[in-house]
Amino acid sequence: MTQASLGQSVVQKEIQSQNNGVAANVTHTQPLWLLAEVTYRCPLHCAFCYNPTDYDKHTQNELTTEQWIQALRDARRLGALQLGISGGEPLLRDDIEDIVIEAKKLGYYSNLITSGVGLTEKRIQAFKDGGLDHIQLSMHDITEEINNFITNTKTFELKKKVAAMIKNHGYPMVLNVVIHRYNIGHMREILEMAEALGADYIELANTQYYGWSLVNRSQLMPTKEQIDEAERITNEFREKQGSKMKVFFVVPDYFSDRPKKCMNGWGEVFMIVTANGDVLPCHSARVLPNIEFPNVKDKGLDWVWNDSPAFNKYRGDRWMKEPCRSCSEKENDLAGCRCQAFMLTGDAEGADPVCSLSPNHHVITKAIEDSRNPVIASQPIIFRNDKNSKAIIAGELNDRVKEFHALP
Amino acid sequence: MSIQQTDLYAIALHHRFQWEEAQNCYVILFPEGMVKLNGGAGEVLNMVDGKRTVTDIMTELKAKFPDALDLEQDIIGMLELAIEKAWLRQIN
Repeated sequence: MTQASLGQSVVQKEIQSQNNGVAANVTHTQPLWLLAEVTYRCPLHCAFCYNPTDYDKHTQNELTTEQWIQALRDARRLGALQLGISGGEPLLRDDIEDIVIEAKKLGYYSNLITSGVGLTEKRIQAFKDGGLDHIQLSMHDITEEINNFITNTKTFELKKKVAAMIKNHGYPMVLNVVIHRYNIGHMREILEMAEALGADYIELANTQYYGWSLVNRSQLMPTKEQIDEAERITNEFREKQGSKMKVFFVVPDYFSDRPKKCMNGWGEVFMIVTANGDVLPCHSARVLPNIEFPNVKDKGLDWVWNDSPAFNKYRGDRWMKEPCRSCSEKENDLAGCRCQAFMLTGDAEGADPVCSLSPNHHVITKAIEDSRNPVIASQPIIFRNDKNSKAIIAGELNDRVKEFHALP
Repeated sequence: MSIQQTDLYAIALHHRFQWEEAQNCYVILFPEGMVKLNGGAGEVLNMVDGKRTVTDIMTELKAKFPDALDLEQDIIGMLELAIEKAWLRQIN
């Protein structure tokens, strides 16, 4: 036992994932994080939601409580430790209390990821008693106007009440703010609001363009100058207030030269079980062609993680094409995001077009240009709701999705 | 920051320290993150319970690992790191 062996091994293993701003470990593959997207139903209609635009197909065939509990047990046996209970809005299900109790029993560190809508004194007390470890609350802006606009709901006052409730119950306050054109100018105020609410962690998540946010990309994307300014303000705030509140700033990949190491690698640490039981290595994997994702109704998670063709498809680097295959930086980003590569270029094995070395990098440059084009950027936002999801499934909004190689 | 022999530490609020069979190591879990601890690091934090002083921890680990070199320094180093990372809180 030496100093080096103690210290280094700890530090080296703490790796910052760029995907959700979470810190995660890289290891020989074991699913450390299980994300349970328990429902796609949601009372909010956020323009930047990453859920699939055809989610309406998956609102009538949700897993039962028993099926969720089985999934939790199976994933825990595989090594999963961090459990995110997400959606949609998980609180629309009335069995979250049962899921929380089981999670505690199994030894998960559990996190409820919520808009706050539906969180009552009674439910939060039940979560506390059941052993839920923390609650991550989404906030949208310091102004009622922007909060209500971007979520297409009147939820501003409610969110503040829920924040106080979380604090009063002795939970760490973990805020998530998705950043876009409409709130990026309020970065300082958002950070001050978080401080005033007593936040322990705040994640400033620049919008990544999947699902609804891809459809609304030109309407949501801020400029490079705005992002630089937001990052400067964030760093200034960090320096000023020290380590009391941890601030994660998730860098937007469209404005980077290199792609993100998506999910810390395909099938490396993350496993997602969706509302209807599909098991995915990342949030939007269902857009990819020629992959059949297993479902917990048919297959055990052990097989899914270790043996399924889907989870093995993009492990390692044998699938990579040039310029990634011989790139000296390939270990840094593993060629980026498969979904982004396919959605934007039609080639799921190609380099993520965010990379300046990608032969398709022009699609990113074009997307940035479009977002600054007043005619394109003034098209209406398509809010995430059942009506729009049905319309997208029916092909009625084709002009907004036709440039993508699959339905976002 | 300097660690005193009589200091008492506990795992920080909202953090959980536990043994993981599947990983064969101790881990620290906290909102938005987790860290796997290698053998030595895990052994040190496993002693941190809000009741053992730094001296107690050293004594017990010396008994457990009689052949380890520079053990005291390693323990202090690990505690310093854990405090810096806010995994521990001082309770006296």
